[in-house]
Amino acid sequence: MLADFTRGERTGALVILGTMVVLGLAMAIAGRHDLLGIHGWIVFGISLALTFGAIRQLDLPEPSPERLSEYYDAPTRTGLILTLIWGVVGMGAGFWVAALLAWPEMTFDVSWLSWGRLRPIHTSGVIFGFGGNALIATSLHVLQRTTRARLPDALSPWFVLIGYNLFCIIAASGYLMGLTQSKEYAEPEWYADIWLVVVWVVYFFIYMRTLARRKEPHIYVANWYYMAFILVVAILHIVNNLAVPVSFGSAKSYSLFAGVQDAMTQWWYGHNAVAFFLTAGFLGMMYYYLPKRAGRPIFSYRMSIISFWGITFMYMWAGSHHLHYTALPHWVQTLGMAFSVVLLVPSWASAGNALLTLNGAWHKVRDDAVLRFMALAAIFYGITTFEGSFMAIRAVNSLSHYTDWTVGHVHAGALGWVAMITFGSLYSLVPSMFKRERIYSQKLVEVHFWLALSGTVIYVFAMWNSGVIQGLMWRTYDETGTLSYSFIDSLVAMHPYYIARAFGGLLFLLGALTALFNVIMTIRMPAIGMAPEARGDLPAEPVMQAGE
Amino acid sequence: MALKERDEFSGQLTTGHEWNGIKELNTPVPKLLWAFLITMALFGLVWTVLMPSWPGINGYFRGLLGADQHQAVQQTLAEANAERAVWADRLATEDLAALQADEAIMNVVRSAGPALFVDNCAACHGPSATGNVGYPNIAEAPMMWGSDPDTVAETIRVGINANHPETRFAQMLAFGKDQMLAGEEISQLADYLVSISAGPALPEDQRLAANDLFLNNCAGCHGEDAAGMVESGAPNLTDTFWTYAGDRSTIRQSIYNGRQGTMPAWEGRLSTAQIRMLALYVLDLRTATP
Repeated sequence: MLADFTRGERTGALVILGTMVVLGLAMAIAGRHDLLGIHGWIVFGISLALTFGAIRQLDLPEPSPERLSEYYDAPTRTGLILTLIWGVVGMGAGFWVAALLAWPEMTFDVSWLSWGRLRPIHTSGVIFGFGGNALIATSLHVLQRTTRARLPDALSPWFVLIGYNLFCIIAASGYLMGLTQSKEYAEPEWYADIWLVVVWVVYFFIYMRTLARRKEPHIYVANWYYMAFILVVAILHIVNNLAVPVSFGSAKSYSLFAGVQDAMTQWWYGHNAVAFFLTAGFLGMMYYYLPKRAGRPIFSYRMSIISFWGITFMYMWAGSHHLHYTALPHWVQTLGMAFSVVLLVPSWASAGNALLTLNGAWHKVRDDAVLRFMALAAIFYGITTFEGSFMAIRAVNSLSHYTDWTVGHVHAGALGWVAMITFGSLYSLVPSMFKRERIYSQKLVEVHFWLALSGTVIYVFAMWNSGVIQGLMWRTYDETGTLSYSFIDSLVAMHPYYIARAFGGLLFLLGALTALFNVIMTIRMPAIGMAPEARGDLPAEPVMQAGE
Repeated sequence: MALKERDEFSGQLTTGHEWNGIKELNTPVPKLLWAFLITMALFGLVWTVLMPSWPGINGYFRGLLGADQHQAVQQTLAEANAERAVWADRLATEDLAALQADEAIMNVVRSAGPALFVDNCAACHGPSATGNVGYPNIAEAPMMWGSDPDTVAETIRVGINANHPETRFAQMLAFGKDQMLAGEEISQLADYLVSISAGPALPEDQRLAANDLFLNNCAGCHGEDAAGMVESGAPNLTDTFWTYAGDRSTIRQSIYNGRQGTMPAWEGRLSTAQIRMLALYVLDLRTATP
């Protein structure tokens, strides 16, 4: 890694790592009577190990100037591998918590194996670990290819990638110890949140600096989405995590918001995390890898514009549909519902634009499992956004809210859309990134595709059934005007679906393991000797790096 | 500016932009999409006109339909209460023994009782009311505080060792820990209790000695015949029902450490009609159980 760094960057890396060592030590000392101390030691240990690694490489020769005539892909390569590792961890945790719901005694009376601590490992593991690393890795790749400019420096992408994964480790280890600020998808405590802000701002500036140096007159759609993702996630993350720590030696903090304002802030965050993390970012991915793989032009530039501005404008208002029939004032609920319903139009325009792009390439979809992953992702995106707008209607929500239908909806999006587009992009990216001729086994990609599809279908159908049954049982009254079913009756009715769901999740996990194996085997294949020039994969012209 | 080309497959012109081989068609937005967008936007707009929606400085637009979720829920609750009043008023006020003989009321109890019982009582007493360790079997075992309908309803209302001012109070003393009985004596009593509930009978001298101990220490609450006393809420020790298991070791623990189980008071949480329905429901379960 340090071989790619100039002397100035090596000094910078050492300064950053030294600061982190000191910060870790300070956290460990200030939090010695608190769980914060354990996190201090984790930060200290990781930073110290990285510092030693850096010092050992400090005297390597400086990188040759020729490197500036190529794209900088090393962070992308590492990011792709981290994506798969976090995917297996997050989906493994997901399978475990799914099994816990069917067989609750599987906690074995161990506190850190309890459902409440494992569940955020699943959600953060797949959203931030798997999804986040995939977004960082692909965005750096797409950014360079669509601007024909090399990343402005070597230090900042590594800082973002390593810093982001440090955040993920702090988050996951905190959950196991019982550390949470109990905001869904925003569980990590104040110090982890502050660290993520630093990382995120650097990420944003990589984007801006590279775009400023672009050699293409226009900014491609994928970059609109990636930028919306980075910018809005920063805003959401900062506002929702505003909190006052009990002390600098304590992991615990109290939110700035209380009561219904807290709920509204949380779901403004929560829904836009779905919108800008899990939708906008992955739309960026789709807009690059799908037309690239299909070899077809984007169906309509005009539709791209309508969808992009529709999605970015309307999602911002939709969060209150998570709080229908609550203490939230009725007028906020109405607005949330109205915007959510209109949101269907740009969502379907995006899905339609993707699927119509495949016109003229459907034979490739039939033959190529990689492209099929992406085509299926667009279909699931269409299904899920329809379902989302439908569930945002107040009357529908009165049945679906608090039931497994919500869980089914989320996983139609997460498995069907987010994971499928990620795996499709990843398979199409890995050979060229690692300079291998092809993916190790196209057959295994095919196996993965069918595992993923059948897993998703089993999962989603199980949860739809379970959710609707649950919702109906909760609201069925007999002729005396009292409830027909007790709560336990509904649990008994859900049990078979919970087993089916765990099975569907297991299939999906097996698919992710197949992908990990396939990628490792691809990397172990001999590299092709072909130079990037021969593949035409080069920036527009050599550019000088800042500080040289 | 790159050249615009015509895509052979679709016949559309490209925009002339190209990014690493990716081009875009300049296909006009399909009419269907415009129609869809206009329809949905109109729906959204109309909906916000009908319902409470846009905020202002001093409040919000109330909507033409005058909908209000607080009023709506009050109205629904009032309607549901009116529907239930047919039987709920009778349950709340009439004599329970008479209601027990009333087929119409008992049909309501049998229909509404199971969900009410399982949602509120089953966590301790189990879904079929047969109890769990620490929580008595109220479907079959003799009831510690009496089993006429008014007494059962009162037990539910005030609870046992609960935080209700009129709660029923009962405590089994810690005879071992508080050094009222020696270990040997506790063992004698445990053997004695095993023998009078499940058998077999003890040798006569052993039985007499233990019976002496029992009369001196236990009979005050459990009665001289060990059949329990509803006045003190002490259970019958001669049958095979045990709140805390009837094996010798558990009985020794009970005598050594004492016991003081808790049942929450349901007044304030359940309505009078619901409390009295539960009393009738549990007693009905008991007659149905052979």
